[in-house]
Amino acid sequence: MVSKPTQFEDGFRMSVNALDVENVSVSHNGALAINKISFNVQEGDLLGIVGPNGAGKTTLFRAILGLQTYQGKIKLFGYEGSQYTTLLSMIGYVPQKVNFEPNFPATVYDVVAMGILSKKRLVKGASLIQSCGCCWNRIFSTSSKDHEKIEEALKIVGLESFKDRRISELSGGEQQRAFIAKSLVKEPLLMILDEPVTGVDMDVQNKFYSVLRKINKENKITIVWSSHDLTAISDLATRVACMNRELFFHGEKEEFFANKDMLKTYSESAMQLHMHKHDM
Amino acid sequence: MNLDILSYGFMQRALLTGIVVSITCSMIGLFLVLKRYSLFGDALSHVAFGGIALGYFFNIYPIWTAFAVSVSTALGITKLRKSTKISGDAAIAVLLSSGFAMGVLLISASHGFTIDLFSFLFGSILLTSMQDALLIVAVSCGVIVTLIAIRKPLIHFTFDEEQAKVHGIPIEKLNYLFVALAAVTVIATMRLVGILLISALIVLPNITSIMMGKGFKKTMMISISLSVSAVIAGITISYYFNLAPAGTIVMLMVAMFVGTLIAKHVGMFSTKILNENNLSATN
Repeated sequence: MVSKPTQFEDGFRMSVNALDVENVSVSHNGALAINKISFNVQEGDLLGIVGPNGAGKTTLFRAILGLQTYQGKIKLFGYEGSQYTTLLSMIGYVPQKVNFEPNFPATVYDVVAMGILSKKRLVKGASLIQSCGCCWNRIFSTSSKDHEKIEEALKIVGLESFKDRRISELSGGEQQRAFIAKSLVKEPLLMILDEPVTGVDMDVQNKFYSVLRKINKENKITIVWSSHDLTAISDLATRVACMNRELFFHGEKEEFFANKDMLKTYSESAMQLHMHKHDM
Repeated sequence: MNLDILSYGFMQRALLTGIVVSITCSMIGLFLVLKRYSLFGDALSHVAFGGIALGYFFNIYPIWTAFAVSVSTALGITKLRKSTKISGDAAIAVLLSSGFAMGVLLISASHGFTIDLFSFLFGSILLTSMQDALLIVAVSCGVIVTLIAIRKPLIHFTFDEEQAKVHGIPIEKLNYLFVALAAVTVIATMRLVGILLISALIVLPNITSIMMGKGFKKTMMISISLSVSAVIAGITISYYFNLAPAGTIVMLMVAMFVGTLIAKHVGMFSTKILNENNLSATN
C-alpha cells in the first residue's frame, strides 16, 4: 500500500512531515513494549525523545528503521511501502552502541566509507523527495567524489586527524562521532540517534553535542534523538517527546519544560536540569 | 638449489593451484574470522568428506559430489540457524559431526577406496591431476571475482549486520551467497592441505595480518602475501626435503603467526588485539 502526498489543484503540494508515526504498537512475546505511539517530525526539527530505561525508545527506533515488526503506520516524507524502503537507506542511524568485533581491521576512514550510498540509490531517493515537494538538504555537492565526502564528514565531526587509526583504538565518544560521520556521508534525509553518548564523560558529551548542533543548524538535517540528559535536550532540541511505553507529551520544548508534573515524573533528570540552571 | 623444480608438470600444477587457492582462502577467511565463523571452514570440510565418500560410493567424480553436498548443507544450516536461533558454534558442531559421520558410514558400507579418501583427508597437492587443477583454478577465480564484486556490502555486513540492513543491503541474500562461496572455497582447498588442515589456511594468515594493526584493505593484502609465501615455500621445502606439503605449509603459517605474536609483544605493532573494547584508549 503506497500513499502519496496530497497534491493541490493549483499544482502546489502540501508540506509533508519528514516522519509520521501513527498508532504504532510493538509487542514482545505478548507484552506491549510500546502502545499506540503517534507523533510527527517536521523537516529541520531536532526532536528530543525522553523517557526512563525500558520506555521503548529503542524499540520505537527499530520499528522506524524496519528492524522490528509493528502494528500501525510509519511514513517517511509521506511514503509507505516500497518507497519507504527506498528512503530507509537514506536514514542515518547511530545506535547506543555499535556491536562490532573489537579486532575488526577497519580504520576510521574505512568505517565512514561504509556509509557511502550508491549513486543509483541517491538518484532514486532524490526523485522521491522532489516528487513530494520537500527539499533535500544535501551536505555535499552532487559532483563530490566519495573520497571528498568522507574527508568532509570527518571534518564535520572533528576526526580528520584520526582517519588512519583503527576504529577500536578510539574512545567511546570518538567512535560515536565516527559513526555520525558514517551517517553523514550517505547525505541523510533524517538522522536517528539512540542515546549516542550514554556512558561517556562530560567533555566528550559536550564535543558530541556541538557536532549535533552543527549538523542540525548548519546542514539543516532533521534529527530524532533520545537521551536521558534533559540539560542537553533543553539546550539543543527544538521539540520534545516524552514516553514510557505510551506517549505522554509531544510538542514545543518550552511547553515541556514548563510542565512541572512532567518533569517530576523523571525526577532524576529534572534534578539534573535544576542543578544546571542553578550553576548558571 | 636450482629451479629444476619448475620443470616438472606436477610441480607447476601444484604451485599454480596452491597460489590461487591460498589467495581465495585468505580473502574468504578474513570475513569468516571477523564474523567469528573461524571453524565454519573446518565444519564444511568435514561435510565435504561425506560428499567425497558419496561420490566414490556411487562412482561419481568426487569433487562434484563434495561441491553439491557442501554448498547445499551450508545453505541449509544457515537457514536452520535463522529459523531456529541455533548458535553459531552449535551449528558448526552439527555440521562437523554429521558430515564426518556420513563419510565414515559410506566407507564402512563399501570397500576399496580408502586410499583415495586419505589423499583428501591429508592433502595431495603434488598428485593434482590436470582435470583437478583446472577445476580448482576456475572455481577459485570465480570466488575471487565474486568477492571483489561484493566486497563493499560484505565488509559492511561483516562489521555490523543491523547497520548494513538499514543501509539497504539485502543481508539474507548476501549471507547465503557468502556461505556458498565459503563452501566452494573449502572444496577447492581440499587438495592442497587436506580436509583436516583447511581451517589453518583460512584462519592463520588472517589472524596474523589482523595483529599488524592496518586497515581492511592492507590487512587482506598482508594476509594474501603471507598465505602465498607459505604455500610457495612449503611446496618447495617439501619437495627438496621429502616432507608432506600440507604439514609444511601449515607449520610455516604457524611460524609466521608466532613470529608476529612475538613482534607484537615486543612493541613492533601499535594496535591492541584480543582485548575487550578499549573505550578509554585515547581522548
